[in-house]
Amino acid sequence: MFNKGWVIGGIIVFVAAAAFPFYWYQIGQGKPFPKLELPAKEKRCVESVEFMRANHMRLLDAWRIAVVRDDLLIYTSTKGDKFEMNLHKTCIGCHTSTERFCNRCHDYNDVVPPCWDCHVAPSEIGKGEQS
Amino acid sequence: MTLTRRKFLKAASVAALVVSARPSAGRAFELKGRMSPGPKALQAGQWGMGVDMNKCRGNCRDDCLAACHEIHNVPYIPKPEHEVKWLFLEPYENAFPERSHRFLSKRVREKNFFLLCNHCEDPPCVRVCPTQATFKRQKDGIVMIDYHRCIGCRFCMAACPYGSRSFNFRDPRPFIKKINPEYPTRHRGVVEKCNFCQELLEVGRIPACVEACKEGVLTFGDLEDPTSVVRELLSEKPHIRRKPDLGTGPSVFYIT
Ligand code: HEC
Ligand code: HEC
Ligand code: HEC
Repeated sequence: MFNKGWVIGGIIVFVAAAAFPFYWYQIGQGKPFPKLELPAKEKRCVESVEFMRANHMRLLDAWRIAVVRDDLLIYTSTKGDKFEMNLHKTCIGCHTSTERFCNRCHDYNDVVPPCWDCHVAPSEIGKGEQS
Repeated sequence: MTLTRRKFLKAASVAALVVSARPSAGRAFELKGRMSPGPKALQAGQWGMGVDMNKCRGNCRDDCLAACHEIHNVPYIPKPEHEVKWLFLEPYENAFPERSHRFLSKRVREKNFFLLCNHCEDPPCVRVCPTQATFKRQKDGIVMIDYHRCIGCRFCMAACPYGSRSFNFRDPRPFIKKINPEYPTRHRGVVEKCNFCQELLEVGRIPACVEACKEGVLTFGDLEDPTSVVRELLSEKPHIRRKPDLGTGPSVFYIT
């Protein structure tokens, strides 16, 4: 064997460098999770909180396909609650501030849904012609 | 141990099978809730419209056009090449360029015609759309645009013989007088047009232009139902359609 020390040392250095992101992530301090503003009066979301947390984007996707393409309107949840499949009237009807609810969590997770380019966010209501 | 090449290959292929056959568990998403149409939804086989040009004044832009453009957040952009419109008025020569109705009454010919998407039976825009963003809804015959899918290629605009579609060359929001939060705007880079007010039909209301017209020019109903108001009107009065020779089968009829 030649240069046993160099080879083993090199391997150790290489592994340490390659694994850098993993232990850096462990050492690094995560941002604290922001506080979400929950609806004051309502107790229940469209589906269970766990389901919403994990799947609200898929739910919204299914809703828009149902409304635009299949001419449906009403969603009956697993608990039997009825909702109009509408981003503005339903979701924003309860979660009245996108900034203090949707966006806080999305900023934390670095997600930027394009929905508010067209759908009217509550902060845009009442705005009009500026030019 | 002796491992022949043959044995190695056998073992490797079995291992590959096992690895690739692992079920992709937890990936599939299943929505457990149920979806249904609105309880008051108006339904038809093919929605259609009659425009009575004897009654239409052809110049009161404030009623039908304003009502539609207000509720749908259609921007008013003064620059003609950037204009966005769902409903519009054009003189007879532009609406019926073939001018096959030579002796149409002068009174009608001199008016501006009320134009909109024809919601064709065989829409050419649908055939050319590469993403199926624009499609003919089986249930009620409305030619829809799924704005979520539109990539702004404008093939549909080239295909439409009626000029019913507009492209958003710029961000429309600054050009909307008062944004109606109930209906989304569009953004730069998508095509838009009349949707026969499907969002109103869904909740049991007739289209905004029909409701707004004080002269009773517009009649809206099911073309497949012989007892509907439009069919009854059409069975009594002479009417024409735009560019019928193209075979698109417009659902908008002009009573002359
Ligand atoms: C009837 C009122 C109501 C409607 C409508 C509603 N929500 Fe909720 N939502 C709530 C409430 C209340 C909670 C908190 C539930 C809890 O903490 O037990 C919640 C929680 C959530 C959460 C989880 C937040 C967390 O703590 O992690 C998400 C995500 C969410 N909603 C998204 C949506 C979306 C998307 C829509 C539209 C499809 C919607 N909600 C419609 C009332 C509503
Ligand atoms: C508890 C945190 C949380 C809250 C609250 C939340 N979201 Fe999300 N949302 C996420 C995460 C995380 C993703 C990204 C998931 C992914 O990419 O797989 C996401 C993705 C989405 C997407 C899909 C984006 C894309 O590009 O595909 C939409 C749409 C969306 N959220 C809408 C909403 C709306 C509307 C609300 C408020 C009513 C909301 N969300 C509230 C965490 C949240
Ligand atoms: C290009 C503009 C545009 C964008 C971007 C957009 N939408 Fe829409 N959306 C519309 C329009 C316009 C309608 C209404 C279509 C109709 O009824 O004719 C609609 C309808 C819907 C509907 C059903 C009815 C309603 O008004 O809520 C849902 C749900 C929906 N969109 C969800 C979303 C979500 C979630 C996103 C973001 C991932 C999104 N949309 C992004 C334009 C847009």
